[in-house]
Amino acid sequence: MRAAEVVRRPTPWLIAAAVLAFALLPLQGNDVGLREDLLLAAVYIILATNLNLMIGYAGYVNFGNIVFFGLGGYVCVWLVNAHAWPLFAAALLAGAVVSVLALCFGFGILRLRGAYFALATIGVNEGVKAFVANFSPWGGSTGIYLSITAYQPLGGPASALWTIYFLLVAVMALSLALSYAVKNSKFGLGLRAIGQNEDAALVLGVPTRRYKAMAYSASAFLPAMAGALFFFKSAFIQPDDAYDLVLSTEAIVAVMLGGQGTIVGPLLGAFLYEELRGTLLTTKAFSNFQLVIAGLLLLVIVQFVPGGLMGWVHRRWPRTKRILE
Amino acid sequence: MFGILASIVDGVLVGAVYGLAAMGLTLIWGVMNVINLTHGAMIVAGMFGLFYLTTLGIPAYAALAPVLAGGFAIGIAVYWISVHRVIGRPPLMSLLSTFAMNMVLIGLGTAVWGTALFNVPVALPGITLRGYTFTGTHLMAAVLTASIAGALYLFLYRMRLGKAIRAVASNREAAELNGIPTTQVLALTFALGVALASISGALIATLFPFTVLSGTAYQLKSFVVTVLGGLGNPAGALLGGIALGLLEGLITPFMPVSWTTVIEFVVFVIVLIAFPRGLFAFVRHARTR
Repeated sequence: MRAAEVVRRPTPWLIAAAVLAFALLPLQGNDVGLREDLLLAAVYIILATNLNLMIGYAGYVNFGNIVFFGLGGYVCVWLVNAHAWPLFAAALLAGAVVSVLALCFGFGILRLRGAYFALATIGVNEGVKAFVANFSPWGGSTGIYLSITAYQPLGGPASALWTIYFLLVAVMALSLALSYAVKNSKFGLGLRAIGQNEDAALVLGVPTRRYKAMAYSASAFLPAMAGALFFFKSAFIQPDDAYDLVLSTEAIVAVMLGGQGTIVGPLLGAFLYEELRGTLLTTKAFSNFQLVIAGLLLLVIVQFVPGGLMGWVHRRWPRTKRILE
Repeated sequence: MFGILASIVDGVLVGAVYGLAAMGLTLIWGVMNVINLTHGAMIVAGMFGLFYLTTLGIPAYAALAPVLAGGFAIGIAVYWISVHRVIGRPPLMSLLSTFAMNMVLIGLGTAVWGTALFNVPVALPGITLRGYTFTGTHLMAAVLTASIAGALYLFLYRMRLGKAIRAVASNREAAELNGIPTTQVLALTFALGVALASISGALIATLFPFTVLSGTAYQLKSFVVTVLGGLGNPAGALLGGIALGLLEGLITPFMPVSWTTVIEFVVFVIVLIAFPRGLFAFVRHARTR
């Protein structure tokens, strides 16, 4: 009975297996190198999975998705640094603040459709970046540095790094769970209706504006927490790193590579992309061409396999469409 | 008081060049519903084109013609590589496709040139009034922009090919039925838009120093301008550029320069939401008639 259930709906089990692998593998022999590698992969997976709520489900390209990550990082690092907040509280508040901001922004810019929306998201990211670069309480363009004492409550830097890693894996697990829950809910159905044909969805009674703003806000919470943890770990945040459009882009490449609109796709795409990126960066001949190769990859996907890996699998074996979400 | 006026005038002169860049962007959008995210890379291509032509000893303003031709040729290539297959597909696809192309080009650019600062020295006497100097290069850039914009207008409204472009913009099927080879027209339009971007890049290179990554900033300015002028509206783009220049000229005497970007983007997002058809939507009526 149990086994049949796993075969019939394997997605939650696949998610659980991936999260377990992330949590347990680096513990094997205290492998710090593997941990750092997987930490970055987890960040990419979080960004891609949440971005997929907008791109894959609602069909809205958010080029500035990194603004959530950066803003979350700033709120958290500032709270820890200037007000000596504990990391957990600061990261949670960062997520909440950014999510509420996204909801307010969302109601405004989600009146725009298609290309107009995409342009506005670039504008929001650049505007926030320029604002933060001028905002002196957050250190302006030099940013904020954390002192080493910030790690004391977590038992010193060495054990703090492990704690942050497990927290990030937890955020990753939550992202995947959110993606799954949304996809299998009425809300998710509404979003996908918007993605197919927004006017038709509106006519059929989908509260499009509210749904879009909710999706935008929901896709902000966990990336903001990821940003909080990530920048707490690097102990340093500045506008160019926090609002890096390159990372925004890479998240889009990851979503498209894995397959937009699926749950497993962004997970797979982000992991593969991060591995590829790592290999390229460490290979001497390619280290300068990381962006070129990511670009070529995206170009080929968009023009020839717009469904990404999962789309290809679904087309090749149509029966997997219902099983592998 | 005169200082503020001088700052505004200078802003308008530079703004006209932004307008020219945005005309390229908006022409492509208006005709083929594609937002060309390689725009920034094309502006940079114009900058580097001018830089290398001047190092060969060609005077900067004479080098503009080959830059224009080169931009056109690159435009044709980029069209067939990244745009042709995604025309008529959801906007997501063309955005991502041109975006990917941009990543490739900028990645190649940084691999070749790094992020060093380049600069094209142009000696042109300015005009000095009451102690304020209007730089010669700024004046020249604005004059050239006006002539190029005029030439584009004549091309679009008086020449057969220009009329074909407008026909494809308003209804591709009908144009095809009337014997217009629409695919070629689309390729031509894209190349024309890219040529405009590259020549505006060359003009910007005569004004300010630049790096491989400068394209991003000017591309964003082009978006702001395009949105001010209304997407798909070349005449509006020029007015939008002048409006942006006016705004920059107005802000500069009162605030640190770094705040300009913040204000620009606030204006950008507000205009986008409140006037999605642009501040100069009235110009559009003249266009479609």
